[in-house]
Amino acid sequence: MNSTKKLDYTLRLADGALILGHRLGEWCGHGPILEQDIALTNTALDHLGRARSLYQYAAEQFNLLPADDKKNAFTSVAIQNLISAGASVDEDDLAYLRDGWDFRNELLLEQPNIDWAYTAARSFFYDTFNYFFFTQLLRSKDESLSAIAEKSLKEVTYHMRWSSEWVVRLGDGTDESHTRMQQAVNELWMYTGELFSMSETDTTLLKEGIGADLAAIKPLWMERVRSVLDEATISIPVDAWMQHGGREGRHSEHLGYILAELQFMQRAYPGMEW
Amino acid sequence: MTVHSFQEHFDDLIDREVTIEPKDWMPDDYRKTLIRQISQHAHSEIVGMLPEGNWITRAPSLRRKAVLLAKVQDEAGHGLYLYSAAETLGVTRDALYDQLHTGKAKYSSIFNYPTLTWADMGAIGWLVDGAAIMNQVPLCRTSYGPYARAMVRVCKEESFHQRQGFEIMLTLSKGTEIQKKMAQDAFNRWWWPSLMMFGPPDAESPHTEQSVRWRIKRLTNDELRQKFVDVTVEQAKVLGLEVPDKDLKWNEERGHFDFGVINWEEFWNVVKGNGPCNKQRLETRKAAWENGQWVRDAAMAHAEKRKARKETAKAA
Repeated sequence: MNSTKKLDYTLRLADGALILGHRLGEWCGHGPILEQDIALTNTALDHLGRARSLYQYAAEQFNLLPADDKKNAFTSVAIQNLISAGASVDEDDLAYLRDGWDFRNELLLEQPNIDWAYTAARSFFYDTFNYFFFTQLLRSKDESLSAIAEKSLKEVTYHMRWSSEWVVRLGDGTDESHTRMQQAVNELWMYTGELFSMSETDTTLLKEGIGADLAAIKPLWMERVRSVLDEATISIPVDAWMQHGGREGRHSEHLGYILAELQFMQRAYPGMEW
Repeated sequence: MTVHSFQEHFDDLIDREVTIEPKDWMPDDYRKTLIRQISQHAHSEIVGMLPEGNWITRAPSLRRKAVLLAKVQDEAGHGLYLYSAAETLGVTRDALYDQLHTGKAKYSSIFNYPTLTWADMGAIGWLVDGAAIMNQVPLCRTSYGPYARAMVRVCKEESFHQRQGFEIMLTLSKGTEIQKKMAQDAFNRWWWPSLMMFGPPDAESPHTEQSVRWRIKRLTNDELRQKFVDVTVEQAKVLGLEVPDKDLKWNEERGHFDFGVINWEEFWNVVKGNGPCNKQRLETRKAAWENGQWVRDAAMAHAEKRKARKETAKAA
């Protein structure tokens, strides 16, 4: 088994969970309805919790890598320093000390909150993907990933219900909310293709019975998304160009600012316990 | 019963420490005072989300980020129980929001101070939540049932918050010189405003006497403040931090710490709107509410459509 590929895979899932959790956390205290502020923060906490489990698992894998692989894994001065000092890395090092080009999350997840419609639509696309993804990952031969999938699936099922309901409520609400939801779907649609593209990592891990078959998830995702958008009276953009790059570390400009904020403390006051 | 006998019955319940429930008769002033106090408390929870929310995106570790998010979420939850308790007195949440947004209602002045470093998350939990608990624990036995029951839950969570704030301070105080400096700096900035949280001195507190009689308040401002000082000074010792008060000293005779003069001019100025963040906090709350109007409208419109469709289906 190629352990760098599994590390890459684990980090992609961790980064996605962290970045969306961070974005949803930005709403805390600013939501349109107190009850929904609470609900969205719950979801942010679920994503963060999943990110932590995944980063812990990624750190475990990283620490077992041969020295050369460790050196080549990330272009991060701070992590290189840790390795040189013979230290192991932990969940926080992976989240706080890598720069954008080492982040593997999909572009969709780093897109800004903008408003409640964008936030709901972004979550809806991802939650629906997660639902089918973790359903598959349950059967992973990798016990850690399978255990994380099991826990996540319960949460993600709720997330999907929540975001689907909001897509419908806003799509089939007032004229204004309909316009906003349609615009959010139009603008975020181009980031949905990346969720299903099979990289070499995906192909290898699928063969080994560790990873999920993204191509198989796509029609399931499409069917579910179509049905919710239909109910929401929202149309699906046709022939849209799909943006890629997040999984290879080529991000939108937004990620740099997320990391500048997220990593501020670890960068300004390095090497301390908090 | 005549109004007179209603009043006697009410006084009797109060004297016997029986709780007053929403459907019981109560004097207008009692109702008004409760609405004012409960809604002020609810607003404080909601506005209080902002200074700590300010560090959610910058928390220094994943664990701290999750704990902070959960904490700020708890505050939203407290706001929710308290608004609900206030609603049992015949006022709507929207009306209370309106009072907050128009500046008619107050909230705890402490939240008009800025959170400048990570250590402020520790200081707020330790001092501000600590002071809040002193204020609130007696309210678990307050005369109005829904308020007392809400406070039981609030206090449980607040005491958890206080411990986790103290734990942040403890981690900093055991850390590097820079972290200790950060902890001391936060302590210096939050100490006096925390003492002000108990309100003006008893001699100048217009509502105290009546409120104590009604068991809406159970200890006076000065009594609570003293209790807080006595407890917190000991905790500061554990942290190895210096209380920023040169007049602080143990008074053997009183069995309490004597402490310096509180800057009430600053207090009243912050109450009046001249604190460092009054304008910002209120504008942030207003913006959240106004920017959410279309979302609430959509939710209502959608619910109406659903109901209408259901009725049409039933009729067919």
